[in-house]
Amino acid sequence: MDAIAPLIAASVNAGTPLMLAALGLLINEKSGVINLGSEGMMLVAAVVGFAVAIETGDTSLGFAAGALVGMLLAGFFAWLTVWLGANQIATGLALSLFGAGASAYIGIDYVGKSLHGGNYGVPLLKDIPFLGPALFQQHPMVYLSLVLCATVAWFLQHTRPGLVLRSVGESPSSAHALGYDVRRICLLALLFGGGCCGLAGAFMSLVYTPMWVEGMVAGRGWIALALTTFATWRPLRVLLGAYLFGGITILTYHMQALGAPIASQLLSMLPYLATVLVLVLISRNTNWIRLNMPASLGKYFNPNT
Amino acid sequence: MAWISPLLAIVLTALCGVVLFGAVGKDPLSSLAVFFYEPIRDLRGWSEVGVKMAPLVLISVGLAMCFRANIFNIGAEGQFVLGAIAAGAVALYLDDGTNGGFWLISVALVAGTLGGMAWAAITAWLRDRYNANEILVSLMLVYVAELLLSYLVHGVLMDPDGMGFPQSKLFSEGFLLPVVLPNTRLHIGVVLALAASILAWLYMSKSFSGFKLQVGGMAPRAARYAGFSARRSLWISMTVSGALAGLAGACEVMGPIGQLTPSISPGYGFAAIIVAFVGRLHPVGVIFSSFIMALFYIGGELSQSRLGMPNAITGVFQGILLFSLLACDVFIRYKLAWRK
Repeated sequence: MDAIAPLIAASVNAGTPLMLAALGLLINEKSGVINLGSEGMMLVAAVVGFAVAIETGDTSLGFAAGALVGMLLAGFFAWLTVWLGANQIATGLALSLFGAGASAYIGIDYVGKSLHGGNYGVPLLKDIPFLGPALFQQHPMVYLSLVLCATVAWFLQHTRPGLVLRSVGESPSSAHALGYDVRRICLLALLFGGGCCGLAGAFMSLVYTPMWVEGMVAGRGWIALALTTFATWRPLRVLLGAYLFGGITILTYHMQALGAPIASQLLSMLPYLATVLVLVLISRNTNWIRLNMPASLGKYFNPNT
Repeated sequence: MAWISPLLAIVLTALCGVVLFGAVGKDPLSSLAVFFYEPIRDLRGWSEVGVKMAPLVLISVGLAMCFRANIFNIGAEGQFVLGAIAAGAVALYLDDGTNGGFWLISVALVAGTLGGMAWAAITAWLRDRYNANEILVSLMLVYVAELLLSYLVHGVLMDPDGMGFPQSKLFSEGFLLPVVLPNTRLHIGVVLALAASILAWLYMSKSFSGFKLQVGGMAPRAARYAGFSARRSLWISMTVSGALAGLAGACEVMGPIGQLTPSISPGYGFAAIIVAFVGRLHPVGVIFSSFIMALFYIGGELSQSRLGMPNAITGVFQGILLFSLLACDVFIRYKLAWRK
């Protein structure tokens, strides 16, 4: 039993950046905009957050900087796609490619530096046998991400702004006709998504590793995009999916450490293959996807026509 | 009109470069010269540009076809790697140190082409059969392909006399692509790239099948009404682009690299996405945009020694170029009007 607790803890830790990013992307997609730039935003946020934390010595400032730079990039994306009507797919790819280059460029001076990992924990609860080390000795951001998940679920299902957001994603022209400012709602959704991806990136470089390595996000931005489909755009299923993927990642590390007779490269393929598998399993039922996917996902809406 | 926006985008990217170099305290003009003049100062420079252009043209010709059909194959990097693996494995298997020549090189190139094609076919099949998003699937397969390459060069394909370095034996002389310009590295791949570009242009503009492909991309409903098969378009565009990316990978390992190593591509598969868009998704247009992208690559390498700037600057410029293009497109498509 004692060997399992650290595994659970590590899985939750590994799932957290996926969940943060996927929750943000979920809100994006609920407004009808798909942002393929998540990988790029996470990378830039990871390096900026790390740099700020190194220079100031304060991790929370690093998180703030990561979220801010994520929002900045998402704002730029919103200007191009929501106002100028540029192709969302192409612009998102541009953002991801730009993020990969820019983060490598910014990060040159920070390669090889590392932050000391801190000791965290929820008072009292962290001393419970088994449950303590498994669940209650995490970085505060892990608990914040859980709160965020619950908030997003509540916001979408039980609040008026959540309903408006969903209506924009389903039928922007109807929302527009009812007097809602579709572009502003999309912008806010994108900013939220960028902020979440920023937090996710910062979590990678500040808590998960904790250091900066070029390309360290390693496809998690894309996996987070796949998670929104996997979750059929429902926040609580995002939580499930994120921890599942965190678990797979940790399992591969653990099998390597145990000296399983499988090459490390083959084990490292698992999360990516699992993503493909999950996409196949979910997407094969076209009706199910059609019922759950925001109806105008990826389509440009021009309120002036 | 459509060609103004790539030109504007290149100018805009250069301006961003001026600002960026100025911001880090370099002389902007001489820095720009490192990117736009130094690579093509002499014949050797031109030949190096050609070496970089060959894979970029091959991949982006295929991607242009895909994007015109509205199939977003983002995983060309993976198909490139698989092509390299297949060609490299076949070359290593056939190579006995003395043989080689036209037929054996052709066999290896075909193997590479088929390797890339098979890798793309996985994405096409999952899309066709299970409706899985081709963007995410093809991208995930990039990571899988890179890990597979790393696995192979650490394992069965590793050079037994290589002192444990994760790389294959060097291919012997008979398995290296012939050089078209004496005393340079410019290999026959560049000729293959030009041929692919012209063939693709003929296919897209002169054949009925190419027409159906484009209708499917521009107006899926019209295509369905006309009875054009969307599945056919998917399979054609994915397999052709995979095959071309695989061929590019094969040429790269049998040309300038000459062996299998864990990192055979400086992101050609991703850069080719930008190249395809900047080339207006036109099979001949991508030759011009590949030229610019090749300058970025060589400029990035030079800027390390000339300017003390990291190689990563290439990636920054790549991203800025695509952003500028997308923004310019909008300003060219629409007229600016002040709100009354």
